[in-house]
Amino acid sequence: MDRELLRVENLTRTFGTGKSQIRAVDNVSFSINEGEIVTLLGESGSGKTTTARLILKLLPPTSGRIIFRDKDITHISSRKDLLNYWREVQAIFQDPFASFNIFYSVRRLLNNAFRLVLNSPSNEEREKIIRESLLSVGLNPDEVLDKRPYELSGGQKQRIMLARILIIKPKLLIADEPTSMIDASSRAGILNLLLDLRKQYNMSIMFITHDIGLAYYTSDRLFIMNNGKIVESGDAEEIITDPKDSYTKKLLEDVPVIHKKWEL
Amino acid sequence: MKDILILLFRSKRFIVGFVLFLGILSFALIGPILNPKNPFQMVGGLFSPPSDRFILGTDNLGRDVFTQLMYGTRTSLLIGCTAGLIATTIGVTIGSIAGYKGGIIEEVLMGITNVFITIPSIVILILLSIAIKARSAVVMGLVIGITAWPWTARAVRAQTSSLKTREHIDIARITGFSSLEMIIYEILPYMFSYIFMAFILQFSGGILNEATLSMLGLGPFQTVSLGVMLHWSLLWEAVRTGAWWAFIPPVICLSMTTFSLMSMNTGMDEVFNPRLRRS
Amino acid sequence: MGNLLTAIDLRAYYKTVQGEEIKAVDEVSLEVREGEVLGIAGESGCGKSTLASVLAFTVIPPLYVVSGEVRANGTNILTLDKETLRREIKGKYISIVPQGAMNSLNPTSRIKNFVIDVLKEHFPEMSKEEALQRARERFEALSLPPRILDAYPHQLSGGMKQRTVTVISTLLNPKVLIADEPTSALDVSSQKIVIKLLVELLRKQIIKSVVFITHELPLLRHFANRIAVMYAGKIVEVGPMESIIFEPLHPYSKLLISSVLVPESGMKSKRIEAIPGVPPNLKDPPTGCRFHPRCPSYIEGICNTSVPPFITVKSDHIVSCFLYGGEHG
Repeated sequence: MDRELLRVENLTRTFGTGKSQIRAVDNVSFSINEGEIVTLLGESGSGKTTTARLILKLLPPTSGRIIFRDKDITHISSRKDLLNYWREVQAIFQDPFASFNIFYSVRRLLNNAFRLVLNSPSNEEREKIIRESLLSVGLNPDEVLDKRPYELSGGQKQRIMLARILIIKPKLLIADEPTSMIDASSRAGILNLLLDLRKQYNMSIMFITHDIGLAYYTSDRLFIMNNGKIVESGDAEEIITDPKDSYTKKLLEDVPVIHKKWEL
Repeated sequence: MKDILILLFRSKRFIVGFVLFLGILSFALIGPILNPKNPFQMVGGLFSPPSDRFILGTDNLGRDVFTQLMYGTRTSLLIGCTAGLIATTIGVTIGSIAGYKGGIIEEVLMGITNVFITIPSIVILILLSIAIKARSAVVMGLVIGITAWPWTARAVRAQTSSLKTREHIDIARITGFSSLEMIIYEILPYMFSYIFMAFILQFSGGILNEATLSMLGLGPFQTVSLGVMLHWSLLWEAVRTGAWWAFIPPVICLSMTTFSLMSMNTGMDEVFNPRLRRS
Repeated sequence: MGNLLTAIDLRAYYKTVQGEEIKAVDEVSLEVREGEVLGIAGESGCGKSTLASVLAFTVIPPLYVVSGEVRANGTNILTLDKETLRREIKGKYISIVPQGAMNSLNPTSRIKNFVIDVLKEHFPEMSKEEALQRARERFEALSLPPRILDAYPHQLSGGMKQRTVTVISTLLNPKVLIADEPTSALDVSSQKIVIKLLVELLRKQIIKSVVFITHELPLLRHFANRIAVMYAGKIVEVGPMESIIFEPLHPYSKLLISSVLVPESGMKSKRIEAIPGVPPNLKDPPTGCRFHPRCPSYIEGICNTSVPPFITVKSDHIVSCFLYGGEHG
């Protein structure tokens, strides 16, 4: 319980040089425990997606450290180390349309995920695992396996990305705006599947989103990010009911809720 | 794939280009089989005008121009195609590696590319052609291809740079694809139509380059091409003697071939760039 | 107070190259009352944007109005010729801020050129100076800095661009402003500022009514007077805002409202459920009630055979569902 899984220390990433330099991520520190669900909450341009890309090793940091399971992985670069890391840290992204290579079928996409599975299973075993994981995300394998991305709806595609996660079974999942392009009526389905991942596999999840309602519904802790910095962090319930930072206060004031009407 | 073909054949420009190109191709490939004459054999008088026996007359050495035209078109197509393949292969390789890798690798590769662009390719072509003593048609194509790739490389690099920011690229990366796999499986398929169009442009460019070189007397040995025919007619002053049949047919063949390729290219552009289609 | 705009039995279909019809708006009747904010809520693909373009007469092929009327001042405007529409109606009676309008501003042209174009279109005799003066006054009246007029679109933030587009669309004091998802691409703070601007326009009587099209129900909660819920090309329920948000009648509205995620205490403890299934393909929508394949209260033999008529259940609150048939059954 409460064992630390990932910690970032003074993580910084700048873009450009000289006067036009932008500190997209500015001295950010936080940690995520095993089995914990957290949200990095920020508006567009806050640096939240850059932080996610740094953690995913898709982008090198300018300075700072990323520690995963007590090991400093900030500078790992060999293929073997990276593969080991991506076995444990995975992601789903905002746009389920763009997350697919339109030239390949669902079967091929899911088969690729076995690159990250140790003791590579046989073809029959793979097919079995793929079918099971599709069933657990509520899809009929026979219906989707041979389809191309453009034959599937947005919700179905995001479910397939979740099936991919079920095959890899990482310890940490970075979910970057996983439902922002999905309709309200299917959004809850995707979110509940994500919440079930923790129940079943004790997976830690880090949501990256601007949606405060989603953050509050899903997360134990929130990290509020503004202009590359984390301005407030703590228990989700506490932050929503009693925000301390002025930016958080403003944010909560501006988000439309149901039971309190705006003064306009 | 099927949908793309259906769309392509809705484009009038593409159909015109395609049919014309098929015609030229069959003229060059099937023609010599149906009419197996030797283009170098002297069969008639010097510069005899078109007649029943020689549809397009004879040249300065009494060789049949029509037979030459068939073989010449074939050689020109072969050279153009070889040049197109070579230029596209080199261009796509360099462009996609530079675009995908970025950083210092991109700067070095694009530096080399830009150096090639600034030196007029005709100069390199002439120098290379003089240096190479055994110029067969394929070697000619190779030489032309080696000087023509930089434009393709630049275009492919730009496309790759923009493609690599897509989310499926990130997914493939965190799935552990190597750089080579990324380029082959995740990037090149998205550029297939683009690369094919680039190839067609290089193809027609190659044919024109061959004509230029051959007219300067640097054409392929032991064979006749459209450019070589023009060279001969220049050399033996066909223009001055009024022997129009010795140079008009190769010129028409040359322009029809490049026209058909260009027309296919624009047709494809309309299909693959829906913005052009509407207007 | 009367109706500024009344849609009667409106049908608007997209015709595909293959000759199929996509029934994006089907048998829609709706009125826009003077002085109100009417929210039209629905998920993507439900036809709400199509309805917006029909109401604003920006119908361009492959979209066609198949039948129905849109009445304003007693005339069916759909029958007017293009020239009259352009001169008398568009911009003057009805104006639209289309979805994504803020990103379609010409990037190489200053905002003021856009303003001059809009005004000159309607007042050819107006000088550039007059046009600019008028715009400047309007910007000031709505407490927007007039220097925006000299800016290029890229120099403005998203919220500012959206406000600018909205102000320009209302320069001619249209009676009805149709705003199609004006806030969906904006941060929450900019979102609120845009809403404030709309309320300000109403308060200053620059416009008389707003039709606000959105997929975000919580937003409507704060400034809509009435809400119409759309599903698969049809309106399923129309009623006063509070009534729709707190006591929705149609099973679809109920599910939609219960799937809303907002940061309010109590939200965390309940598990939100998705609506099973996916919205239908509008090429071949389900028979009877279009929601019946996904409806938890589906009654075999009734819901799938005939289209439920609209019934007034509560004051000013109508719904198209068989659950409320007969004696308030």
